[in-house]
Amino acid sequence: MRSGLLLGLALMILVAGAAFARAEEAETCPVPASLLATESSLPKVAEAVNSGRPLDILVIGSRSSSIGGSQEDAYPSRLQAALKDKLPTATINVSVELQSKQTAEETAAGFVKLMEAKKPTLVVWQTGTVDAMRSLDPDDFHAAVDRGVTALQNAGADVILMNLQYSPRTETMISGSPYMDNMRAAAQEHDIPLFDRFSIMRQWNEQGDFDLFSAVHGPELARRVHDCIGRALSNFIFGAAHLGPAQQN
Amino acid sequence: MASVADQATGISVPAPAAAADAPATGVAASSITLPAVGERELRLDLFRGLALWLIFIDHLPPSFLTWLTIRNYGFSDATEIFIFISGYTAAFVYGRALIEHGFIVAAARVLRRAWQIYVAHVFLFTIFLAEISYVATSFENPLYSEEMGIMDFLKQPDVTIVQALLLRFRPVNMDVLPLYIVLMLALPLILVSMRWRPDLTLALSVLLYAVTWQFDLYFSSYPNGVWMFNPLAWQLLFVFGAWCALGGARRMGKILSSNITLWISITYLVAAFFVTLTWYVPQLGHALPRRLEQWMYPIDKTDLDVLRFAHFLALAAITVRVLPSDWPGLKSRWLKPLMLCGQHSLEIFCLGVFLSFAGHFILAEVAGGAALHALISLCGIVIMSAVAWLISWYKHSADKSAKKGARGNADLAGGG
Repeated sequence: MRSGLLLGLALMILVAGAAFARAEEAETCPVPASLLATESSLPKVAEAVNSGRPLDILVIGSRSSSIGGSQEDAYPSRLQAALKDKLPTATINVSVELQSKQTAEETAAGFVKLMEAKKPTLVVWQTGTVDAMRSLDPDDFHAAVDRGVTALQNAGADVILMNLQYSPRTETMISGSPYMDNMRAAAQEHDIPLFDRFSIMRQWNEQGDFDLFSAVHGPELARRVHDCIGRALSNFIFGAAHLGPAQQN
Repeated sequence: MASVADQATGISVPAPAAAADAPATGVAASSITLPAVGERELRLDLFRGLALWLIFIDHLPPSFLTWLTIRNYGFSDATEIFIFISGYTAAFVYGRALIEHGFIVAAARVLRRAWQIYVAHVFLFTIFLAEISYVATSFENPLYSEEMGIMDFLKQPDVTIVQALLLRFRPVNMDVLPLYIVLMLALPLILVSMRWRPDLTLALSVLLYAVTWQFDLYFSSYPNGVWMFNPLAWQLLFVFGAWCALGGARRMGKILSSNITLWISITYLVAAFFVTLTWYVPQLGHALPRRLEQWMYPIDKTDLDVLRFAHFLALAAITVRVLPSDWPGLKSRWLKPLMLCGQHSLEIFCLGVFLSFAGHFILAEVAGGAALHALISLCGIVIMSAVAWLISWYKHSADKSAKKGARGNADLAGGG
């Protein structure tokens, strides 16, 4: 009995120690392969990269695709940097279309015009947060995502859906799961990749890479998290476009 | 509490074998005998207690304990169990009141109960408001500037509070009690109809459920959106529980004792388990035919998806089969904490919601470590059990000192 208790204590200390050790090397923020695996592909991205044409990526998102005023540190810019590291010879442009406080339906209404103006190869559509905060009908949300993705695909782009942030502080107030379930379903229906930002960030929080509960962290935490998201997203795009492990870091 | 199932009356009182959280092991002989005086259906307490624990764990941020909750192994979760048992016990207790004292008295008692639940809900909302206001004023993290927009309702406290009193503004995790209140308000009608024609009542309930799905009926909430648990759909479980309590369980005995039912249930549970598995092990995802996925998803909790309802039925059918009401383990002291929680479900439910707020708060303020997380979950369960014991002790001693009378029935319906 007592030896069992001691063993348990020793285990707990070990686990705590490991958590600390991992917190030290926070910048590495590893993501389990299963969270970056997808069955769907990005044929147009693959084609553009393989034929040496410029890769234009458009990120459409709400405010969680930015950090305050600084565009430089937000994940779209970090994505561009990470992709340039991986493909030094390619031309890569990442542009951002921020639509704060817009629901999926409102955002999708502008897609035809937006796509005519930008003509991207790949669209990363980050959505769901505003809909979840307003607790709109998940079925309506599903329909809006469905229409939006169709519009983006009709305009000739590959599409990635990106879901909500993992935000432990507001978990008691925002119920994200119905929206994330519907995004997963919409992604399956359209056979497009879903970047599971929520699970990835939750994984980081659990591993101790970041303490996302913390109230005191200033812009520094946000900057590091966005850097990690940008890199994870670049790996995700590489995997989905089958751009070969040779080019991957 | 002693007067729950004593005298034989006009309605068919379910016997022990027939009276579980789902109908019985169809041993016809035993299901006809009336329960002995003061005999409680312990399986109801057990599973309601279990549901309360699981709801508490599910309301905390995910930890390893979350893996013990049934929603990870199939479609339905603890809410189904809770609502079904609530329907069962409410019909049992107030159905008796209806026969013994007439409609007015029974309806008054039901409304008194609904009022208690309403007050409990408002109390929880107040605590929630305090917590949120604290977070809103002390928390600043640029990473979550968007999510913090959810606090905007604090800018209009007048509207928010009135909407909360109207049950239209409900924070996350505070959806079960409003559902329960609406169902209780409908209970007098359900009981009268049930006494007249039980099967027709159940059929009407199914019809309402179907109409709700067909025409997309809902209860709207503030500032927008719908009730997380649509009462028009979830009433099916509640009415089904009531139907089982008022003799339906006994009549279903044959179906439940058949091996065909058992095997259908097992097959369905196993299939549901594999589907659930694909949510956690995405590599298995392609094992599911795409057509099946498209037909199946999303599995709607708001409107109590048929898949969820069927999953609950299968679970219940197997449970009554493997766990007879005279199972000696029900008297074991190891299950006592669960039993006690189940016997005082309203109090313990509210306490659980409060403890989950508190747990969130501690995790946020101290640290988010896994060990602390598990500790908080366990402490919560210990506190719930201890308080249930305290309430039970208090009632017991109060009952002793008071004159013996026909009171304490509300106890079976989920607390005082």
